[in-house]
Amino acid sequence: MCQSPYIVEAQSLCKLYNGVAAVSGINFRIKRGELYGFLGPNGAGKTTTMRMIQCVSPITSGSLTVNGMFVGRDDRDIKAIIGVAPQDDSLDQDLSVIDNLVVYAGYFDIPRNKAISIGEGLLKFFHMEERKKARIDSLSGGMRRRLVIARALINSPTILILDEPASGLDPQARHLIWEKLRDLKSQGASMILTTHYMEEASQLCDRISIMDQGSIVLTGNPTGLVKENVGNEVIEFSISDNADKILGSINERYEIDGDLCIIYAKNPSSVLGKLAKYEISSLSRRPATLEDLFLKTTGRQLKSGP
Amino acid sequence: MMITYRMFAVWRRNFTVYKTFYKASLVGNIGEPVLYLFAMGFGIGSYITEMEGLSYIEYIAPGLIITSSMYSATFECTFGSFTRLTVQRTFDSILNTPVSLSELVMGEITWGMTKSMISGTTMMIIMTLFGLYTPDYSLPLILLTIMLTGYIFAAAALCCSSIAPSYDFFNYYFTLFITPMFFLSGVFFPMDNFPEAFQWFSQILPATGSVSLLRYFFHGIVSSPLYFSFCLLVVLSLGLTIAAIKITRNRLIK
Ligand SMILES: Nc1ncnc2c1ncn2[C@@H]1O[C@H](COP(=O)(O)OP(=O)(O)OP(=O)(O)O)[C@@H](O)[C@H]1O
Ligand SMILES: [Mg+2]
Repeated sequence: MCQSPYIVEAQSLCKLYNGVAAVSGINFRIKRGELYGFLGPNGAGKTTTMRMIQCVSPITSGSLTVNGMFVGRDDRDIKAIIGVAPQDDSLDQDLSVIDNLVVYAGYFDIPRNKAISIGEGLLKFFHMEERKKARIDSLSGGMRRRLVIARALINSPTILILDEPASGLDPQARHLIWEKLRDLKSQGASMILTTHYMEEASQLCDRISIMDQGSIVLTGNPTGLVKENVGNEVIEFSISDNADKILGSINERYEIDGDLCIIYAKNPSSVLGKLAKYEISSLSRRPATLEDLFLKTTGRQLKSGP
Repeated sequence: MMITYRMFAVWRRNFTVYKTFYKASLVGNIGEPVLYLFAMGFGIGSYITEMEGLSYIEYIAPGLIITSSMYSATFECTFGSFTRLTVQRTFDSILNTPVSLSELVMGEITWGMTKSMISGTTMMIIMTLFGLYTPDYSLPLILLTIMLTGYIFAAAALCCSSIAPSYDFFNYYFTLFITPMFFLSGVFFPMDNFPEAFQWFSQILPATGSVSLLRYFFHGIVSSPLYFSFCLLVVLSLGLTIAAIKITRNRLIK
């Protein structure tokens, strides 16, 4: 097989649920060895996109390839090289920690003895070896999530899909997972992750796509995207009576959220110089972050969803 | 819908779980038939001197094996499968692997069948100990009948699980389907005295065929056309397999 530099390629990918679009014509390409993130508000279509790549949710239209194989035609072969850590907790409650791994390995046709040794190695990697015999309901949230990721690695996947790997965890547990994902990345794994944590996306991802209402709004390197679309710094202050006059005088992009004015400044010192002429209380400046970009592109208002 | 050996990975998953609590399960498998034999055989049986030339306990013995197999497969593939399908999301995880949906369904059905084989075989052993059965050439045919019965009820139950919105739905299944089967398939009394419509209805119930096959293998009594009964079981197995795959696919693939 001629190896394309892309491990996953999607063209005009669509998914309708009973005629309602959950994903409407997206294009993206994920490179080999890349850690690629999907961001977007609830209901944006991230999980739906993952489930199409996993070959569990049939695509409505468009084309999707994984490692040169076609989703919808080579499903079994694709599933064999993918590892999936789903968004919902789907560990096998009836089985012990190690049996969760061994039984799952059985679905990939991995012989039992080999599965046990791979499983023990994975438990060690995720610092869970003492809980080998434990029941699932005795594990903490962080351990469960680690076990879900360990299970996804049982078939030594070429590509790992992580749907919100760190959601609902405390900071320690989250950082441990990030550390492990970095380890995996340095071993050359291709990974796709979806997340609501901007910190996670900016620290881990080589590239991200921001989705909103089933479409991809922006794609690129997190730092680059912030610089390009937000600026270097963000200046925030409470709006006073002469807000129009103030904002008219500065030549930068801004946004108003309630009584807060947010300026995305390419040239922060010039903005501050202009603002100094007015009496403004509670002014703050800080470096622009991915969160600013996210809120800017997907809107600050809570959406009721499609 | 290719079905390969991978279905056994699903079967093995269920077997692995079973191994951890098989003792509790076996207590039920052994306790229940003994209870039935005492209650029905000695309790009711002492008022009934003879049924078609047999003592009452002899008369009902083959049917009890069938009802026990029927209930085992039914419980496994209603409450058991439904839990794996919904609350535990076991099926969702399996579908993320190279195991196909048809193989998943086949793994579940054959597991339900295995459960009914376990209770059916336990029953056979107990009946042999009670002197109600003497093992002979008929043994493999008896086991085959139990197997087919288990398969049919496992597949039917899985169909029910895949359309069930919640556990309450199984009330309908048990009330409208399983309980009538228990009383109207000739386990405890022949259907001869019933109105003709009931007799016809009884003939097409899968359990009726199984019961008359087993009664023949036990006692040589022919109470329904045996080849018809056997063919009905085979046809139902095939039909219900296709139905179970189709219905489960509709439920899981979105
Ligand atoms: N099985 C389904 N049937 C009908 N609609 C669905 C189904 N699954 C998802 N949807 C809809 O598709 C849209 C996208 O959902 P999806 O789960 O992909 O979002 P998401 O980006 O993963 O959101 P979240 O951040 O909350 O996980 C939503 O509007 C959702 O209601
Ligand atoms: Mg999601």
